[in-house]
Formats: sequence, C-alpha cells, structure tokens
Amino acid sequence: MSSRVGIVIVSHSPDVARGTAEMVRQMVGEEVPLAHCGGNPDGGLGTSVEKILAAIDEAWSEAGVAILVDLGGAETNSEMAIEMQPPERQGRVVICNAPIVEGAVMAATESWGGATLAQVCGAAEELSAA
Amino acid sequence: MTQTDQISFETVVREVADAVIAATDELTALDRAIGDGDHGLNMRRGFQAVLEELPAIAAQPLPQALQTAGMRLVMKVGGASGPLYGTLFMALGKTLPENPSRADFITAFGAAIDAVKARGKSDAGQKTMLDVLVPVHEALSAGADAKALRAAAHRAAEATVPMLATRGRASFLGERSIGHMDPGARSAEIIVTAAADLTEYAS
Repeated sequence: MSSRVGIVIVSHSPDVARGTAEMVRQMVGEEVPLAHCGGNPDGGLGTSVEKILAAIDEAWSEAGVAILVDLGGAETNSEMAIEMQPPERQGRVVICNAPIVEGAVMAATESWGGATLAQVCGAAEELSAA
Repeated sequence: MTQTDQISFETVVREVADAVIAATDELTALDRAIGDGDHGLNMRRGFQAVLEELPAIAAQPLPQALQTAGMRLVMKVGGASGPLYGTLFMALGKTLPENPSRADFITAFGAAIDAVKARGKSDAGQKTMLDVLVPVHEALSAGADAKALRAAAHRAAEATVPMLATRGRASFLGERSIGHMDPGARSAEIIVTAAADLTEYAS
C-alpha cells in the first residue's frame, strides 16, 4: 500500500471524473493512489454514495484520502460516505474545498511529493483563495 | 412491534412511496425550471428501492425500519436529496422508541429536522425542503390533525414560490429562482401529505 495520500475524484459526470483522473495520472503517474467516480446509481448525471465508498476503498492509503468534488450533491454524498467509514479511518478522509480539476491535479502533485493529508488539501484549497 | 403497527407502518411507507413515484414528472418539471431536472427521477429511484424491500423493512422494529429505509434512500437516490431525506428517516429511527406516542414523534421529528439542517448546512428561509418540514413540525407541535398538517404542508410549499434560493442548485440562478416552487419543498409536501395519516395512529 502506498504511503502517499490517496486522491478521490467525485463528479456528477462519469466523463468529467474519468477525464480529471487522466489529467492527474499525466502529472503523477501510477505512484499516487487514485480513484474516480461519477454518475448516479443508474449511470446518469449525478453521484452515488455506493460508488464513492468504493472509490475511497480503492484509493485508501494509511496517509489518508483527499476527495475532490464538483457540485452540491457530490459534496453531500461524499460527506455521507465519509461518515460511513469505519472508526479507524475517521479524520483521515476529507473533502478539499477546491475546484475539481485544478484541485485534483494540485492535490495529487502534493501527494506525490510526500505531503501530509492536511498539506495536500491545503495546497488544493489555496486555488480557491487565489 | 404489534401487528397493527406493522400494517400501519407498511401502509404509510407504501402510500408515501407511491405518492412520490406518481409525482416523478411534476418534480422533474419543477427541478428543470430552477435546478438540474433530476429530482423526480432521483426520488423515484430511491423510493422504488424502498418498496422493493418493504416487507423485510416493515418486519423490523419501527426504529430499525426507518433507519433501513433511510439508508436505501442514501444509497439509491443519487443526488443531494438522498442524504437529506435519508438523514430525515434515519434520524427519526434513531430518536423514536419502538411504540411512539404523538409526543415522542414530535420530539423525534424535531431532531430529524435538525439532522437535515446539519447535513445540508441549511435552515428554513433558503428555499429548500426545510421550508416545508419546519412549518409542518410547528403545526404538529401545536396539535394539528392530519388534515391540518396537509394544509400546512401545502401552504408552506406554495410559500417557497416567491423565495430567493440561497442553498442548493437553484441558488446558482440567483434572482431567477424567484417565481418557482422549490422541488424539494414540493417533494417534502408530498411525503408529509401521504404520511399525515400517521397522526391518526399515534395518540
């Protein structure tokens, strides 16, 4: 298991999630745990708690997982998925308040460099402040 | 849970689910005006999932049954309304005793509304489902019967028409959200209207 912070991308659109993940991979290769999900349980535009839970498992790292989301439902469903994590993971899965594409690339780059979960999220969130 | 309670719970949930599913097109149309147009289909998907498991859900004691139903909504709705309505039912289940009195229900409904506020980081006045749930809770606390509850829910949903949305997808529209009923307020009205019969069981 990687010691680097995992990155999860949650978009309403499966295409946006996949495309964002491709951009992240272009920057950091395979060395950062990365998972993406998009679409409601039927595959249409939306988000799914079930898919987010699976993505967190896929990208899980002892260093924690940073989630990048697009719009409201992605955030609410991700918060739900975070609450459903087992006690030993609580506090180690967080949502970064950052634009999804730029935030994911920035967060993954920080993770690749060995940053902590707080540093990874902080770097992504600086994008919003700028 | 007694046999009578079991039948009434199952009946009420079925009425709620049927009413929500029957309103799919109406909710979608409302959401298309000021949102992303998926509220009807999302709610239908969630309540169909509840209906599919209803006999097994209704066989559980009331608190667990509500929590199971809420979790189905969380997992299946596919929009913010999943965690929001799911939280409403799960919080009701966590707070209600197995054989609740009317007073127990009022307390639990209040706690469930607080949980929805926390989940949505929202409050009444922002053009959301809370603008129906909060006044309905007030009416229930003031002693309203089923008919009065339905009237309160209807008035409250209508009252979202002139509101400015400051939470949810409709808030992206700013002042253009004014003049349309909030789809979440309307789905809350539909659920309250179908569930209002519960007040006739609880005393």
